[in-house]
Amino acid sequence: MRAEILVPLLAAAVQSGTPILYATLGEIITEKSGVLNLGVEGIMMVGALAGFLVSMYTGNPIMGFVAGGVFGALIAGIHGLVCLVFRGNQVVSGLAITILGTNLANYLGTPYVGKAAAGFGMLPVPYLSKIPIVGAILFRLDMLVYISYFVPFIVWIFLRYTRWGLGLRAMGENPEAGSAGGLGVMAYRWGGILAGGFLVGLGGAYLSLAYTHLWANGLSAGRGWIAVALVIFAFWKPGRAMLGAYLFGGVMAFQLRLQATGTNLPSSLLLMLPYALTVLVLVLSSWKAEGSDAPAVLGVNFEPVE
Amino acid sequence: MLAVKIVRKQEASIWNSCFLFFAAIAVSLGISALLLIMHHKSPLDGIELLFRGAFGSLWALEESLLKGIPIFLCSLGVATTFRLQIWNIGAEGQFALGAVGATWVALLYPDLPPVLLLLLMLLISLAAGGVWALIPAVLKIRLRANEIIVTLMLNYLGILFLDYLVYGPWKDPVSFGFPMTPEFSSNAILGTIGGTRINWGVVLCLVLGLAVWIALRYSRLGYELKASGENVKAARYAGLPYNRLVILVMVFSGALAGCAGFLEVSANLNRLQPSVIAGYGYTAIVVAWLARLNPLYIGVASYLLAGLKVGVENMQLELQVPAAFGGILEGLILLTVLAGGFFTQYTIDIRRRE
Repeated sequence: MRAEILVPLLAAAVQSGTPILYATLGEIITEKSGVLNLGVEGIMMVGALAGFLVSMYTGNPIMGFVAGGVFGALIAGIHGLVCLVFRGNQVVSGLAITILGTNLANYLGTPYVGKAAAGFGMLPVPYLSKIPIVGAILFRLDMLVYISYFVPFIVWIFLRYTRWGLGLRAMGENPEAGSAGGLGVMAYRWGGILAGGFLVGLGGAYLSLAYTHLWANGLSAGRGWIAVALVIFAFWKPGRAMLGAYLFGGVMAFQLRLQATGTNLPSSLLLMLPYALTVLVLVLSSWKAEGSDAPAVLGVNFEPVE
Repeated sequence: MLAVKIVRKQEASIWNSCFLFFAAIAVSLGISALLLIMHHKSPLDGIELLFRGAFGSLWALEESLLKGIPIFLCSLGVATTFRLQIWNIGAEGQFALGAVGATWVALLYPDLPPVLLLLLMLLISLAAGGVWALIPAVLKIRLRANEIIVTLMLNYLGILFLDYLVYGPWKDPVSFGFPMTPEFSSNAILGTIGGTRINWGVVLCLVLGLAVWIALRYSRLGYELKASGENVKAARYAGLPYNRLVILVMVFSGALAGCAGFLEVSANLNRLQPSVIAGYGYTAIVVAWLARLNPLYIGVASYLLAGLKVGVENMQLELQVPAAFGGILEGLILLTVLAGGFFTQYTIDIRRRE
């Protein structure tokens, strides 16, 4: 393929992979603490709407972006309340969060469909954007993409080398031992849920503030579920999450471009691509799962022994 | 000093669960009322419209029963997989495939005698839904692929496939551009009972519900499902055919959802069109959990949640409330039931510390 086609496509891949990257990293943190949160899709939608509305009413997209994270954490907090305080089933609670979040965003967002809000525009990085090819792919995008380059690294350092990160991982490996060692299982799991929800919410806000600048109901279109699958593909490792997110970003960008060029293929068949790829990727990474950092007790509620 | 201890109960009582169910609905309605206020609607009018729309007239009662049929069938299936701790979230897609399968037969052989044609439509819809659920089951037991994500992705794929057919090869040439197939021949339309609008699917629901209830309670299979669901490792160790059970419940669940798709296109819409996808597959999950996976309670809960859907449609018409209102209610009900389950499973023991 010629460079003038490939380079913009790869840049678009990075851009459309970015919301998935934020969401995948969020879910990695939550799952590392031993809590499965299947509400990612719903949390993303709430983050997207909160980001959009705050940016629209304040005119400040940065505040919008942060609001997306905060509201993401709030909705994730409902999951925490149900699972950590009331010991409800984590799978079902996550599904309920998805049902609630997507419908809440569609309900509250209905009056704003098609309206625009101040968002993030292209902001080429000085010097770096001049690098041939790489500059055009990675450094002529928006600010939130540049931030997302650092987040996997921060998450990795946090989980691997900090005391809090170690404590958080302990709750996903052996909460009984962690609890006996004097660590608060619930405190760490709350941390995992809220921090994860914050990142997922940021991913949602990216959709409405940088990817589209417009509100549309059902904006996330399954990206939250793709993120849940990518956690498995990434073996719970932030670096691999980046790879996976851009792979999916690439497929989505490619499919949009094909539609725009007016191909003969019906759009419903093209739209199947990311979902079919999710199944494929999930199967491949579940099949050969050596080297995976999966938490040992994912999705099981902690019951203190008397 | 007081000491608070949380103790697991030996057995949850039915009355507790029943109370919990209605408490959950009340709490959810309360929260939803706040949402109505945010949209500058009167919450009392809204809730009145909801109930009057759902249960306030013969037409409403019939409509709720009609919508309850697909919800019941999907829910009966997914509840069986949940018993085994297998999470089939894919009833929506299996329903779509069933509708597609039935439509395929109806369009292919419009002139077969009614009984034969309907039976063939039913069979193909069972097979189509079953196959759509077999894929995640096989991927799970052979390759350990997470069934939650695979079934969910197959929902997107199944619905897009349905869209492809009604926008493309199966589109009615005289539909003025609307995405729908031609109307089925009268032979492919399942009749109604007596002078009502209720189709024969409701009888099927009764028979199936009873059969599953008896099978779960009294048969060896029911026992195996229960044992395997409670402890997979122990069940495998005891020689129970876990993999076979997974395949069985998944195909059963998919076939039921497929059958619901058949009833919907044959009896209600009389053609295939995108509006056949109405979220029954997701509501079914809510219902299954509300009913604590018990087939008889699933019947009751299906009817109530179908009523909510009908009531919300009434609110949409009268108050211009967005359709998503119904989904919010479902999400809230599920969350409150999950949280409230705590009080049926545990007792809080507060004592003065010695």
